[in-house]
Amino acid sequence: MEVLNEYGQILLILAIIFGLFMAWGVGANDVANAMGTSVGSGAITLKQAIIIAMIFEFAGAYLAGGEVTATIRKGIIDPLALQGTPEYLVYGMLSALLAAGTWLLIASMLGWPVSTTHSIVGAIVGFAAVAISVDAVSWGKVGTIAASWIVSPLLAGTISYMLFRSVQRLILDTETPFENAKRYIPMYMFMVGFMITMVTLIKGLKHVFKDIGFSLNYFEMSLAAAAVGLVVSVVGSMMLARVKRNKDIESEDRFANVEKVFAVLMIFTACAMAFAHGSNDVANAVGPMAAAVSTIKSGAIATKSIMPTWILLVGGVGIVVGLVTYGYKVMATIGTKITELTPSRGFAAELGASATVVLASGIGLPISTTHTLVGAVLGVGLARGLAAINLRTVATIFTSWLITLPAGAILSIMFFYIFKAVFS
Amino acid sequence: MANPILSLFGHSPIKPLQNHMHTVVQCVELLTPFFQAVIKEDWEAVEATYNSIAEFEGQADDQKQDIRLHLPKSLFMPINRSDLIQLLSKQDKICNTAKDIAGIMLGRKQVIPKKIATDMTAYVKSAVAVAVEAKVVIDELDELIGSGFGGREIDRINRCITKLEKAEDKNDKRQITLRAKLHEIEADLPPIDAMFMYKTIEAIGNLADRAQSAGEQIQVIIAR
Repeated sequence: MEVLNEYGQILLILAIIFGLFMAWGVGANDVANAMGTSVGSGAITLKQAIIIAMIFEFAGAYLAGGEVTATIRKGIIDPLALQGTPEYLVYGMLSALLAAGTWLLIASMLGWPVSTTHSIVGAIVGFAAVAISVDAVSWGKVGTIAASWIVSPLLAGTISYMLFRSVQRLILDTETPFENAKRYIPMYMFMVGFMITMVTLIKGLKHVFKDIGFSLNYFEMSLAAAAVGLVVSVVGSMMLARVKRNKDIESEDRFANVEKVFAVLMIFTACAMAFAHGSNDVANAVGPMAAAVSTIKSGAIATKSIMPTWILLVGGVGIVVGLVTYGYKVMATIGTKITELTPSRGFAAELGASATVVLASGIGLPISTTHTLVGAVLGVGLARGLAAINLRTVATIFTSWLITLPAGAILSIMFFYIFKAVFS
Repeated sequence: MANPILSLFGHSPIKPLQNHMHTVVQCVELLTPFFQAVIKEDWEAVEATYNSIAEFEGQADDQKQDIRLHLPKSLFMPINRSDLIQLLSKQDKICNTAKDIAGIMLGRKQVIPKKIATDMTAYVKSAVAVAVEAKVVIDELDELIGSGFGGREIDRINRCITKLEKAEDKNDKRQITLRAKLHEIEADLPPIDAMFMYKTIEAIGNLADRAQSAGEQIQVIIAR
């Protein structure tokens, strides 16, 4: 208790710095993965991708990021186990941020594909189980999270598989693919609008509505989401109307014009992807920071405290700074090197992945956007949509999991003891 | 290649495979000027054309090597890997045959009897046509993947294969005519020359067969 009174200010500043560091890491690495596919397929330019990412990452974090943040700040650790020593929670969360951020930096330099989500969860579980007590970890919740890491790529793969099959059936394998693309693509645009609005209404605006004494039941929410979906598809249709068929390019590739139509759809799925990523991954930085800040401020572990809005803002700003300072380079690299993913495939992968991530955000499960996207791409591949997928990557990702969890844990345990020695 | 999204996408072998076939056809197409030069007995032109044929053949070999090197077992493709490798070696054999034919003709400075010169030219052209039709089939491969193995695209390929078979049929018929004509005059030719003429005719027929077999390999690829 005295510790928090005495060093509260320093700990608060440290929490913000480490939180920003982590958010920067998320922006520098993960966002590029989520958006690179859109750039690579030629649907949007790098500049447009950065603007879309800035707006929708922020919107996703702010409107739908609450549930995952809640899981990370108070779901993984059992607060009751730390009732007597709230300063341990502060040290732990600071250690987790520093550990995950450091590990991301090391892994990026060594060229390993690690997930920010796995790093932070590994770090929190690590300090709680080893430095405090095994009982301090809500193992049930951790088990659910671990299971979701297996389920999410599978689910994304299944959705993307079905989406691409529907594209084959409705558009590609028809007599008039160009006309059918224009006819059916607004339907997919509707899905994007509906999905994002639904999650925002159910999870994001709940608190806002409560404050102004306004509430909607599920039926009303569906109606509102459908209305937004309709608006999105109408706007999309107007954009589609501007795509003209150029017969000259069809001699080289008969689907060249069809892909131009899909490129418009991909602008929408890129927004969905950025929104989904923001809603899930901002929590990796914001969750531990929020836990530390609320404990420092109240001097005790509060289970019911409302998270201050400025913390989400710090997370959003960190991500955008990460994107602008470093992430755009990664995005440019991915964008210029992925040439195999045409818009008709890229949209299916992105929509499958973003639907899965948004769903997980709604339930409050921290999952890896990158891994979910990899699962989605494999789904398109299984539908015979891609010429060549490197299966070795899947093995590398699996290995990086196995390394990331203990690495994050060991680092955070180390930092925990250092903080404890310095402050207590 | 640290980025998981980036390293997920392997090198598609389809375009390189089509480029290989383009080189093969460029090589085979030289047989027409080659035989024209032989008929004219312009041995300098014959040698120059042979060198070009050999050069394309070498280029095709390099392309083949490169494709094989970039086809690791960990690649997940909508097309069976061994079917693809088989297609590649079938394509490669077409231009190997072309080089062999030209090599023997040049080495022996083999003169084509004036009486069969026109039929010979037509016969060579019909064999080259089979290779061109095979190329048309193989050029559909990227669109087959583009359409996600759509039924319409498969129908299209089947139509191309029918054309390929017709071209090969035409080549067969010309072979029969040419052999009959050669048979009529064979007594007037030095026996070894006659023997090599038959051999050459057979080799050109083999070239057409191999081109057909490469094109038809697509059917194996579709049928899964």
